[in-house]
Amino acid sequence: MHKLTERALSGDIRAMARLISMAEDRADGIDSFMKELYPYIGRTWIIGVTGSPGAGKSTLADKLIEHFRERGGVKVGVLAIDPSSPYTGGAILADRLRMQRHTADEGVYMRSLAARGSLGGLSRGTREAASILDACGFGIVIIETVGVGQSEIDVMRVADTVCVILAPGLGDDVQAMKAGIMEIADIFVVNKADKPGADRVVNEVRAINRISAVVKTVAETGDGVPELGAELRSHWERVREGEPGKLREAARMCSKIEEILAERISESARRLWAKRQNEILPLVLNRQLDPYSAADIILSDITFFLRG
Amino acid sequence: MSESGKKIRVVIAKPGLDGHDRGAKVIARALRDAGMEVIYTGLRQTPEQIVTTAIQEDADGIGISILSGAHQFYFKRVIDLLKEKNASDILVFGGGVIPEDDIPGLLEMGAGAIFGPGAPTSSAIEWLEKTVAAKIN
Ligand code: B12
Ligand SMILES: Nc1nc2c(ncn2[C@@H]2O[C@H](COP(=O)(O)OP(=O)(O)OP(=O)(O)O)[C@@H](O)[C@H]2O)c(=O)[nH]1
Ligand SMILES: [Mg+2]
Repeated sequence: MHKLTERALSGDIRAMARLISMAEDRADGIDSFMKELYPYIGRTWIIGVTGSPGAGKSTLADKLIEHFRERGGVKVGVLAIDPSSPYTGGAILADRLRMQRHTADEGVYMRSLAARGSLGGLSRGTREAASILDACGFGIVIIETVGVGQSEIDVMRVADTVCVILAPGLGDDVQAMKAGIMEIADIFVVNKADKPGADRVVNEVRAINRISAVVKTVAETGDGVPELGAELRSHWERVREGEPGKLREAARMCSKIEEILAERISESARRLWAKRQNEILPLVLNRQLDPYSAADIILSDITFFLRG
Repeated sequence: MSESGKKIRVVIAKPGLDGHDRGAKVIARALRDAGMEVIYTGLRQTPEQIVTTAIQEDADGIGISILSGAHQFYFKRVIDLLKEKNASDILVFGGGVIPEDDIPGLLEMGAGAIFGPGAPTSSAIEWLEKTVAAKIN
């Protein structure tokens, strides 16, 4: 086992944080670290928190940390994703600002991740980051997505329980959101219930989705958070035991393997193309070769390359 | 390393009761525009909070913004805590209202560089890029 994996598993936060960076950077060798961690993975409850920008996701995450920590024992990890600038690739990550009071608690780990061009509301390494926290003994992982519109639904493929946060007065037209994130919610939270219009949002949600629970909260004060906690637990108990949970797990594992495959194949394609570009590109530009045949050449190289 | 490679990650911190946050926000935006990932902690942070944040975030550096006059105390405390936690490889630098005469003392303490009101943000960016690259290699 690598030193770094060993240190992370023994509770060294710096080592764990470094592993998460490696997953985010797709650093060479990260897959071998993930293999070492794998036997320790599979115990964690992953809660996804998604919804429009400014709906109160971070404020609510802060209260959920408190709620779970008060109930004792369980260590809580938070992964909070913010968008990167498409122009410079830089980012200001400010979600944790609302959760800073928990830095004094050693049972809480918070990490800000930049989306870095990923479009699904998560970063490229979020899934691995959650697995790393899982292996290191964090019993609950809360993932706060980028403030989303409607199509950023990757969190569904990572979380056990998905909360969609809505709020009155954000111009959130529940009807318009129907197609996307409204369908992935296990639990709806209508936050900012202290503001006028909250009940209207509750009714709109109920009109669209009769299955999922709807909970009103005021994240600023913590009102409604115990009720939300109870709904979350009841969902987790249902999915953990029953058939739907197994189906979900199978679908997740399937998408995970597909993701690893896609990642590895495109990485090899990129490398091999970089190697042969000088030789092949001129042929295409001179019309001696068409782009499809050029790709065939690279693909046959990959097959050869992957066989070793 | 694959295409996107390593990003420089920096914590921008406002220690103590100092409520002047314009400079911190200016520098946070400048670093973002230079392609860095900036973790902003908000106001009124204790040195313990700042150091824990940098460790959890696997940051390359901590940028302290301070205009209250208490820079000696906060730089020292942050640098000492990093030592205590075996994390002295995390760079400490900063800016704000810091008298020229105090700068050598801060550097001696272990701060990497200080950028006051006159310094263009580009000088902090260049210094960070150079120093982080040197640290990795
Ligand atoms: C605007 C201002 C205020 C505003 C602040 C608004 C805000 N939200 O920020 C208000 C009116 C609220 C205010 C209040 C007070 N202020 Co005042 N304020 C100023 C003033 C005039 C300008 C500061 C500023 O915003 N500059 C613009 C920014 C962009 O510049 P900057 O912060 O220096 O940042 C630049 C660099 O320093 C550097 N930098 C800064 N941080 C960092 C961090 C890193 C990592 C890096 C690389 C670089 C870097 O990059 C920036 C861009 O170049 C200064 C005087 C001055 N000329 O600096 C006094 C000043 C800072 N205030 C002062 C005082 C005393 C106060 C009060 C205590 C007054 C009172 N008695 O009530 C209160 C305290 C409030 C509090 N809770 O802390 C004193 C501090 C004295 C001292 N240090 O010994 C100063 C120096 C005025 C003076 N000459 O006496 N203030
Ligand atoms: N009135 C009221 N304001 C709230 C409530 N919850 C959060 N807010 C405020 O709403 C604003 C946004 O809150 P955040 O928690 O940052 O929202 P977010 O969804 O994490 O935002 P992004 O991460 O930027 O998408 C802040 O100013 C909060 O103080 C609430 O229950 N009632
Ligand atoms: Mg947020």
